[in-house]
Amino acid sequence: MTSELETAEHPKGLKRTVIEPLTRVEGHGKVTLLQDEKQNIKQARLHISEFRGFEKFIQGRPYWELPVLVQRLCGICPVSHHLAAAKATDMIVGAAELTPTAEKIRRLMHFGQTLQSHALHFFHLCSPDLLFGFDDEVRHRNIVGVIEDEPEIAKQGVLLRKYGQEVIRVTAGKRIHGTGAIPGGINKSLSKDEIKYLKRDIGQVIEWAQQAVELVKRIFFEHYDYHMSFASIDSNMLSVIRNDGAFEIYHGGLRARDEKGNTIFDHIDYSCYGDYIREGVKNWSYMKFPFITSLGQENGWYRVGPLARVNNCDFFPTPLAERQRREFTGTAEGRTVQSTLAYHWARLIELLHCSESIAELLNDSDLYGNELLNKGELQCCGTGVIEAPRGTLFHHYEINDDGIVKKANLIVSTTNNNQAMNESIRKVASQYLDGNQLSEALLNQVEVAVRAYDPCLSCATHAMGKMPLQINLVNDKGELLDRLEKRASGEINRTV
Amino acid sequence: MKSIEPSEKRDHSPVLVFTYGNPSRGDDAIGPAMFYLLERYIEESNERDNVELLTDFQLQIEHAVDLEQRQGVLFIDASQSSESPYEFHQLQPQRDNSYTTHAMSPAAVLAVYRQINRQQPPPSYMLTIRGYEFGLGQGLTEQARWNLQQGFDFVKKLLSTNVESWPKLKQF
Repeated sequence: MTSELETAEHPKGLKRTVIEPLTRVEGHGKVTLLQDEKQNIKQARLHISEFRGFEKFIQGRPYWELPVLVQRLCGICPVSHHLAAAKATDMIVGAAELTPTAEKIRRLMHFGQTLQSHALHFFHLCSPDLLFGFDDEVRHRNIVGVIEDEPEIAKQGVLLRKYGQEVIRVTAGKRIHGTGAIPGGINKSLSKDEIKYLKRDIGQVIEWAQQAVELVKRIFFEHYDYHMSFASIDSNMLSVIRNDGAFEIYHGGLRARDEKGNTIFDHIDYSCYGDYIREGVKNWSYMKFPFITSLGQENGWYRVGPLARVNNCDFFPTPLAERQRREFTGTAEGRTVQSTLAYHWARLIELLHCSESIAELLNDSDLYGNELLNKGELQCCGTGVIEAPRGTLFHHYEINDDGIVKKANLIVSTTNNNQAMNESIRKVASQYLDGNQLSEALLNQVEVAVRAYDPCLSCATHAMGKMPLQINLVNDKGELLDRLEKRASGEINRTV
Repeated sequence: MKSIEPSEKRDHSPVLVFTYGNPSRGDDAIGPAMFYLLERYIEESNERDNVELLTDFQLQIEHAVDLEQRQGVLFIDASQSSESPYEFHQLQPQRDNSYTTHAMSPAAVLAVYRQINRQQPPPSYMLTIRGYEFGLGQGLTEQARWNLQQGFDFVKKLLSTNVESWPKLKQF
């Protein structure tokens, strides 16, 4: 563990290295590394500033707008926010249960979302690291580089993502800003033609998903020790779990386990999340640091997302994914798998599970049922929790008598992983930063560690013309020693 | 696999106009705002068979599939660095050397098209409209609204002309 590096005793005498923003990660992040005069890493912090304003953005709006409104928080995972808000508003309208048609269509939408998100991450954002190695020429590590060298893999990535997007379009009604889920249910079921359309390619999707899992395993085992140790940290794991312990991403109780696999809590009603999880604050970050209350802030931080989910579940309810899970957990020798790069492996097992689950659901006649909505007595608050592609996502709202949101609390997946990402960065920086010269290789290694979590550091603003990367090296007197600028074209300039 | 195709796959309109941006991020809403202006214009001018409109938060790899079977493509986005009120130029496929391919450039989408289809993409153009503020929950700035209107007038001119003539059109 490297948590002692978070806050240096005498930070004024340290040299500061700033890396911003992180690349191939949603939004902008900044990494600050502080060195002492002996060039040892004394502080490592991941600054994320873009989450400010989410709750304020929501306050004052009527609750029935929430499932649509919150999609604008994030251009990459709008469906996750859509469904979490819909679940919270289910509680507000007193819909204790959904109709089978409503629940299954929402599940189908969520499987489509997770499939396309995981496909994007593996084939588009991270596979270049894995396929070509961390030290590969930078411009070769993006998707176009993959397409050039591995055109079939790249094309599979494009088409897998496209398939997931089509599942979303059919279930949500539109490509973006879908209105499929509404408080208490859904606004339309599927037609037989739509189901037939989605069935047409699902066999191919499953086959490609299987190949993708085999590919990531092959890569992982080729340099097994390195992949197991790179940015590896011991952490607790948090996820939603089904009543019988099965893998679950849409609805269930909360389960937390420690690094040895011991249960911390299990099958907790997520509307009581505040009794089990707290959000710590630190004076250097706008983003909160959630932790398991019973363990305290220092020891109670945890990881969420594919690694946590695959570690936490007792089994996958689909056969191909379950076979892969057994092989995955078998590497941990009785503990939980703690390798940060194993996120990629777990992510693709989930992708396989999503494709199998979509195939199952497409054979379910409830998808074209007519009972779409349930409602009861209006409640003053509601909580919705789902497993978004990046991890557990909490939406909690309180409304006034007019149905207007007076309070909102969102804990997004990346916030849940906040401390864990800091820990992984410290691990990498402690191992690989040498001397007082910034190197592109070090930058890439820090980014590889962060990218494993698939963080969504911000949302969909993307206006052209922004500088994508700047690295500053400042000494203890505040003097700028070095600066690297990387432009959108890939051109790198040293400006000091 | 040939059938994972764009939404409601049917005969493609010859011209695709693809706007993008987040409607709740200040002037990033220029793209979606243009979408709604054009939607009404195309409806009123009976151009639905000739022009298809698509919009999204940002460009991604799968959008390369939307370019198939087009005679021309126009991308429209907000820009923090373009000339005011807008800039217009032809695009060429280009490997995206930037790190941040989560928000792909239109040229990189064209490059993906070329790679996965083994052929040149359709003639494609970029209209960037100058924006100024991009905060969550902000509306369009007054200057961006004016730029948007200028850009809209220019797009109407483009859509009333053959794609082959687009390079000859002057910006202002």
